[in-house]
Amino acid sequence: MEVTTEAKRIMVVALGKLYSSRTQRGGLRLHRSLLLTMVMKSARDMYHAAQETVEWEAVEQQQSPAEEPTDAQMELQEGKPLTSTGEEVESSPAKLRRDAYNKENMSPPRPAQHSRKRRGKAAVEPDFLPCKKAKLEQKSSPHQLILSTVLLCEYMNCSSQVGAPPAPMPVQRAIAAC
Amino acid sequence: MEEESDTRKINNSFLREHNYATEADIISTVEFNSSGELLATGDKGGRVVVFQREQESKSQPQRRGEYNVYSTFQSHEPEFDYLKSLEIEEKINKIKWLPQQNAAYFLLSTNDKTVKLWKISERDKRPEGYNLKDDDGRIRDPSTITSLRVPVLQPMDLMVEATARRVFSNAHMYHINSISVNSDYQTYISTDDLRVNLWNLEITDRSFNIVDIKPANMEELTEVITSAEFHPQQCHTFAYSSSKGSIRLCDMREAALCDKHCKYFEEPEDPSTRSFFSEIISSISDVKFSHNGRYLMTRDYLTVKVWDLQMENKPLETYQVHDYLRGKLCSLYENDCIFDKFECVWNGSDSVIMTGSYNNFFRMFDRNTKRDVTLEASRENSKPRAILKPRKVCVSGKRRKDEISVDSLDFSKKILHTTWHPHENIIAVAATNNLYIFQDKVN
Repeated sequence: MEVTTEAKRIMVVALGKLYSSRTQRGGLRLHRSLLLTMVMKSARDMYHAAQETVEWEAVEQQQSPAEEPTDAQMELQEGKPLTSTGEEVESSPAKLRRDAYNKENMSPPRPAQHSRKRRGKAAVEPDFLPCKKAKLEQKSSPHQLILSTVLLCEYMNCSSQVGAPPAPMPVQRAIAAC
Repeated sequence: MEEESDTRKINNSFLREHNYATEADIISTVEFNSSGELLATGDKGGRVVVFQREQESKSQPQRRGEYNVYSTFQSHEPEFDYLKSLEIEEKINKIKWLPQQNAAYFLLSTNDKTVKLWKISERDKRPEGYNLKDDDGRIRDPSTITSLRVPVLQPMDLMVEATARRVFSNAHMYHINSISVNSDYQTYISTDDLRVNLWNLEITDRSFNIVDIKPANMEELTEVITSAEFHPQQCHTFAYSSSKGSIRLCDMREAALCDKHCKYFEEPEDPSTRSFFSEIISSISDVKFSHNGRYLMTRDYLTVKVWDLQMENKPLETYQVHDYLRGKLCSLYENDCIFDKFECVWNGSDSVIMTGSYNNFFRMFDRNTKRDVTLEASRENSKPRAILKPRKVCVSGKRRKDEISVDSLDFSKKILHTTWHPHENIIAVAATNNLYIFQDKVN
């Protein structure tokens, strides 16, 4: 899907620019970092909107637990292009095993809350990479019941709030360091 | 050390001759003074070069008031903030002239963190005939002094000296993007991403914060201030633009802290043009009051807008600068051009507005006739006395002769800074490290 590929590319480029701005002469430019963050956010929102459409279609077709989020996460991680079809229907044990595999291999450990290292805007790990910590959303939505409850990272949570206003992005925590 | 400087000199001249620009020579701001007699440029290397217009002489009418270098000085040096482990660039972000009140000229120049007031004065006489020292400065042998003499002022070669009279520092946590002198000629504002500070020109150890948009929690930051300017006549009014495409007009008489605006100018976004980059291209890069104080002009990435101060919900006029770039935003985002901050400027009578573009093109829009023209600042087209030929960018498939296609545009050649003489049709255009001055043709 064009939109998702473009969205992913935009997010990756934004991240690259945010990271490289750390070494720029004159220090971190707040305006530029803010614009990059906003671009990442719109790209992420559009990416998930497109993903949700795909998921709904798949759910309607198959009426069984969908694997899209973990598929998406894995593919993001591995840099594979996303496929709109091909959702797998796995039995529970297989799914759990796969999730466990994913847990081990996906994200680097989250930095400690009280890290002594000063966090620049780009120092926080990018939020579209899945995190190990599972977070359950308070607001329930039909999606959530179906989707895996094991690995829901904050990034995915934001998109799952169908109709809710977008929560402040985790990456904005990096701005706090300025 | 000497060897190093020699190497640098050799490298610089080699680069200049072969048309490469050293980064320090890139012009970062241009500004005419209020009479138009002087033109100041600031560059990335922290230097200020001031040009002065020649007196028009009857004996040489063809040399119609050309601008020559008057003074060059190092305004800012690179600094290091040890606390934050940050280098502070010496690049001059803005220069603003003060009105002339005596024989000397005064200007404010600023980098990311510090504003300085410079006095530029001429010395064309020097005292000669001291009693205790001779004209070379050597101490005279007291035994040779037999009579008393009064020193007399003798003419000497003109010397222009620049001295820093005030340094306004340590008031900005973020990067200063603009300065603006008040019409009271006693105060000025300096603006960074989140705050506007009011200074008295005489007092350097104190400034008043009049706008602060820093949120309590930086995670909630959604917009920054991109530029601010005082009203040209009302000393209590100023405007500031934001990265969200809005402008706020504030009245300093209402409260000490002007966080509450008295007017808010914003045009609702057209949903049909929404894209990934809508936020970036709607960020305002420059805001300028018209000379008569009735209008505001703003520049965002693709357009220039003229706002009537009495009408907040939409601009009075919108001019497309280079709409053919709308389909190329993704590439411009990848090569960083989408973050370029173009300035805009009014002519003296507020009838024409001008702004820069890519490929060393700059555009002028006549507000009355609604005609616009694209001109190019390049060495080939700018022989002395040559008339600039209008340029055209070809947007559709069929390219006519002399037109340039969008894909052939050179995005490394951008005109970000321009200025217009306050009374006459003379413009100064900065194209990377070159300054072009264009005048109306002589009849």
